[in-house]
Amino acid sequence: MTTAPSFPRPAVSGAGAATDPAAGTPETLGPPPPARPAPSARGPRRRWLRAVVLAALVLATVAFVYPLLWLLSASFKPRAEVFDNRLVPRTFTLDNYVTVWQEAPLALWLGNTVVVTVLAAGLVTVSSALVAWGFAFFRFRGRGPLFGLVLATMMLPGAVTMIPTFLIWNQLGLVGTNVPLWAGNLFASAFYVFLLRQFFLGLPREPFEAARLDGANNWQMFWRIAVPLCRPALVLTFLFEAQASWTDLMRPLIYLQDSSTFTIPRGLKALIDQFGPGGESQWEVVVTASVITTLPMILLFFLGQRHFVEGVATTGSKG
Amino acid sequence: MTTPVAPALPTPATGGSREAPVRRRRARPSPSERRERNAALRFISPWIVGFVVFTAWPILYSAYLSLTDYDVINDPTFVGLDNYREMAQDPKVALSLWNTLVYTVVQVPLYTVVALALALLLNQAARSAGFFRTAFFIPKMTPPVAVGVLLLLLFNGQYGIVNEVLSWVGIQGPSWTTDQDWIKPGLVLISLWTVGSAVIILLAALRNVPNDLYDAARVDGAGFWRRTRAVTVPMISGALFFVVVINTIAGFQMFTEAYSAYFGAGNSTYRNDAALFCVIYLFQEGFQELHMGYASALAWLLFVVIMLVTVVQLVVSRRLVYYEGEQR
Repeated sequence: MTTAPSFPRPAVSGAGAATDPAAGTPETLGPPPPARPAPSARGPRRRWLRAVVLAALVLATVAFVYPLLWLLSASFKPRAEVFDNRLVPRTFTLDNYVTVWQEAPLALWLGNTVVVTVLAAGLVTVSSALVAWGFAFFRFRGRGPLFGLVLATMMLPGAVTMIPTFLIWNQLGLVGTNVPLWAGNLFASAFYVFLLRQFFLGLPREPFEAARLDGANNWQMFWRIAVPLCRPALVLTFLFEAQASWTDLMRPLIYLQDSSTFTIPRGLKALIDQFGPGGESQWEVVVTASVITTLPMILLFFLGQRHFVEGVATTGSKG
Repeated sequence: MTTPVAPALPTPATGGSREAPVRRRRARPSPSERRERNAALRFISPWIVGFVVFTAWPILYSAYLSLTDYDVINDPTFVGLDNYREMAQDPKVALSLWNTLVYTVVQVPLYTVVALALALLLNQAARSAGFFRTAFFIPKMTPPVAVGVLLLLLFNGQYGIVNEVLSWVGIQGPSWTTDQDWIKPGLVLISLWTVGSAVIILLAALRNVPNDLYDAARVDGAGFWRRTRAVTVPMISGALFFVVVINTIAGFQMFTEAYSAYFGAGNSTYRNDAALFCVIYLFQEGFQELHMGYASALAWLLFVVIMLVTVVQLVVSRRLVYYEGEQR
């Protein structure tokens, strides 16, 4: 194992940034946005420069959004036109969706994925919150080194533990079921412990002292005061893990054998093998299945847009 | 236990001293201290169990397995360092290491520069920054399997949109997905599509740079490039470094996009040497060939390589990275 490299870091910067986790605007993570009335500071002063910046941004946006639109559009095209690169299909058809639905147990795959995703995200949120609270609220000897160990595990490449972990689940007879895809999340995850602890550290201490005087026990203080105050951070954890879990391919590849147990990315991979290169080259099937795999994530993003964008910004500023 | 965003960097394990003043070391904890410790351990216990079962034991066991031949069905047989000797002669090990190295060395700088460029652009956009930031982030939501599909389709040598766009400016694009020399460049390029999260991290850092630094630089007559080089980059070097380290670790563990695009399940009729990355080879050896011992040795090799690179980066960063806290 590595020793956790020490990073000079302002002692409370993380906590400071999280003091007001409820504040919603994306701007809260930095200082207030540069005052717009005085554009001299940041915004380009000359109008043509502003136009160039805008043009570049629009161009980049096209590059980022176009592939998804291409995919969506191709899923409505008949086989011969999939590659015609037109954004609006010349012949609009829903046949591909019908075909995919008949070729593959999509409803089953989607159902499996929802179960795995909800369990994985829910469990990791609860367990990581508990552990983070243990590190944030209590003081005890050895807390520092122990937390250092939590952080050190984040540096460990997953490849090292992959095989023994498989053997554990194999020993328990759970290979082939979806249990290995979520049960590990019962035991918290270092990254989220780190994230949530930062938020917990930002909470004022007074309400807890008051509650203690009123006779609240540790559990009540956690559940009734800390958790409600840190809801945004918990939502963030849930969303992050939901995305990770939904999109994961490697563990479904390792643990799932029967097509009826597949998650949707694993199913998509099976469809690529069957219909993609080396297979029957029915790209419209692969394209349509890709759309079905991706859409729920786009939906999730728009549901939790604020959390995603802020959360990602936070992970960087706390490094 | 998957981390969606790459793991954050360890911070000094002193976080707790925030409110507690200097603590006296006592030989024996008082009853109240013991109560507090026990309460804390109850909250922390899920992680402790997980650490023992899913981290500590697997590390030790994989070290042991790497010294054995093990096919899951029969008991492991101890073979000493044979696996490591075999690795040294296995051309696929060299190939996968080479592929992984080339990919990472090209991908990480390119990815960081593109992320920085986009973040600088976004920082210039006043009110519309929110909209563009959203647009940049959306690809990050795409499951990597689907990214692999997009790679095969958009970069298709004959019909792909990438080559079509290139042909507008008179460039005849290569066969990105079939030409051995162009497979890794294709993978690098598609990885730039999911640069959004790094852009957001860097943008957040850019917004933390105090304006008076720019004003001072302006007064001194520094132009845009000079300001970027002398003010912006040093001031956000912490975030830049974070992006570099995280991406390096992720690059070394490249798997899903390449696997979905270029490797089939079981009967791999289109096994592709140019896309054989370390983790893919490890996966094939471990879970398709059931060479668990050999795969464990591969895992340790990868582990050591990643650790070496990370340590080098950390040492270099000591000289290059500026943290705001240093002056206070």
